[in-house]
Amino acid sequence: MHQEAAIRPPLILGHRTYGDITNDVVGPIENKAPRAWYVLITIAAIIASYGIGCILYLISKGIGVWGMNKTINWAWDITNFVWWVGIGHAGTLISAVLLLFRQKWRMAVNRSAEAMTIFAVMMAAMFPMIHMGRMWLAYFVFPLPNQFGSLWVNFNSPLLWDVFAISTYFSVSLVYWYIGLIPDFASIRDRVVKKWQKSLYSVLAFGWTGNAKAWQRFEEVSLVLAGLATPLVFSVHSVVSMDFATSLVPGWHSTIYPPYFVAGAIFSGFAMVQTLLLVMRKAMKLEAYVTRKHVEYMNIVIMVTGGIVAVAYATEFFMGWYSGVEYEYYTYMSMGAATGQYSWAFWALIICNILIPGMLWFKAVRTSFFWAWAISIVINVGMWFERFDIIVLCLHRDYMPSGWTMFYPTWVDVGTFLGTIGIFFTLYMLFARYFPVLAFNELKTILKSSGESYKGEVLPKSQH
Amino acid sequence: MSNKVIYAVYEDPELLKDAARKLVSAGVKVRDVFSPFPVHGLDPIIGLKRTRLAIVSFMFGCFGLSLALLGTYYMMIYDWPMNIGGKPNGFYYQNITAFVPVLFEFTVLNAAHGMAITYLIRNKTLPGMKGRNPDPRSTDDKFVMELRTADNHAHSGDSLTGMLRDTAVLEINERQC
Repeated sequence: MHQEAAIRPPLILGHRTYGDITNDVVGPIENKAPRAWYVLITIAAIIASYGIGCILYLISKGIGVWGMNKTINWAWDITNFVWWVGIGHAGTLISAVLLLFRQKWRMAVNRSAEAMTIFAVMMAAMFPMIHMGRMWLAYFVFPLPNQFGSLWVNFNSPLLWDVFAISTYFSVSLVYWYIGLIPDFASIRDRVVKKWQKSLYSVLAFGWTGNAKAWQRFEEVSLVLAGLATPLVFSVHSVVSMDFATSLVPGWHSTIYPPYFVAGAIFSGFAMVQTLLLVMRKAMKLEAYVTRKHVEYMNIVIMVTGGIVAVAYATEFFMGWYSGVEYEYYTYMSMGAATGQYSWAFWALIICNILIPGMLWFKAVRTSFFWAWAISIVINVGMWFERFDIIVLCLHRDYMPSGWTMFYPTWVDVGTFLGTIGIFFTLYMLFARYFPVLAFNELKTILKSSGESYKGEVLPKSQH
Repeated sequence: MSNKVIYAVYEDPELLKDAARKLVSAGVKVRDVFSPFPVHGLDPIIGLKRTRLAIVSFMFGCFGLSLALLGTYYMMIYDWPMNIGGKPNGFYYQNITAFVPVLFEFTVLNAAHGMAITYLIRNKTLPGMKGRNPDPRSTDDKFVMELRTADNHAHSGDSLTGMLRDTAVLEINERQC
């Protein structure tokens, strides 16, 4: 059996058996939901319905109900799009990249992170669609022969690359997530006694038997999908950044964008994983599986990617200033931004993305559940501001001073954004209630090598 | 002689592996093993060949790449060439750099989904199928080894059970088939 160094901290605390792991994860699915779950999903659903109302209003009236104008023609919609796509980067990174690097701690976090990824990408994909105005023509983005003759989509355009990148990323992530879920659904199927649960999980488990050949194929598929998904993770946000980088707008037209966007996406994605997981850990009593060490590992990823983002900001600021081009004085990383009418947005970005996450360099902060959670929320806010700054600040000073303007969101802007948060949390709450929130069968493989009571000299508590 | 299926239940994958090693060296064929998670190192013991799913994935990837090359050539160069941002489109090789992201994404899309669909079909895990594992505990914390008298003509049912009793088995269940 695989041996692990005794000085490595355990990943599963206390004394657990294989059966205990199943009980801990499947127990909450079998039992009645706590009252808090009903309260939270009701709040989320109310916000979601308000958002859906706003979207329907937007579709019936047109894009004019948003606050955009002739100068600022991309604003909250694309900000929200890039923000959600960025959040959707952690799940597949955790499950694919960390699988290739053989990081065992990913097993406790990958399932919920992948669920978060899928819901976040769904929210992201909605924004370009509603931004089209006539979203019933959204199928025009696919290369289909249409009724006007064979007028094809433009494969030279980064906007079309985005269509392919996002749809591939979404569908591959979904398949990867579901293939991992099948054996866990089978465990639930073989356990539950209520009739409706039995039939629901029988359908979801696809008739999984767990024989040796199936597991051999499972491991091969996981590995190859991880190999395919890894370049996909990096390509998706690179392509999103090219929506900006291949344009001619000062501040957007920048070669640093692809790596900088990918780092920013992982930064915000891990922050959202922490926001959700630290609450779930308490609510579903998963303290033995999502340990302080897991939180520290995730915070280290946040520190590294946050560092890359900070260097990218500094580079953008310096290169803009050093070029001496006047247009660069008004980009999102410039003296003009730091002192102008949007200085509040500029400083929100610097404080939320560099200064406050900088606290994670202290071990006491990055190993504290409360501070990790609080900082993760600050990062989520900061990363929203980053996209807002990039889009609105770079656009708001047009080439002609007569076109200079500000962006004021309308209630529909706010409503659609809050609405997507509501839909996201509704889906996530349903996931937490009905799906196995940890990849518990995978977790059993590391129990005897990384479980606290199996490591080194420590005896199981029952044997003391 | 009626054919018998013997299920030996173990509590730990290492115990099951030791038992399988012992049985196989005595010339017994192990029909299958049902476990809650992949038991590493078991496949060579019970004589499972490596799966060819990775090759399937590669072939689907090649198919996707070819389709993407053909599609972008047909749509952008042959059928309706347009001057877009001055990007050269006289010949495919001049324009191909602009298609690299799409070529890559479409290759991954085909490789991933082609392999996933093949995996589900080969495993017989499809919507609406019933679970066929012999013991519901095998998806929780037990490891079940399946032997059949039909596979082991050199041994009687009783001698197989006897051999299993010499291993660290938890319980042995027999079924007629």
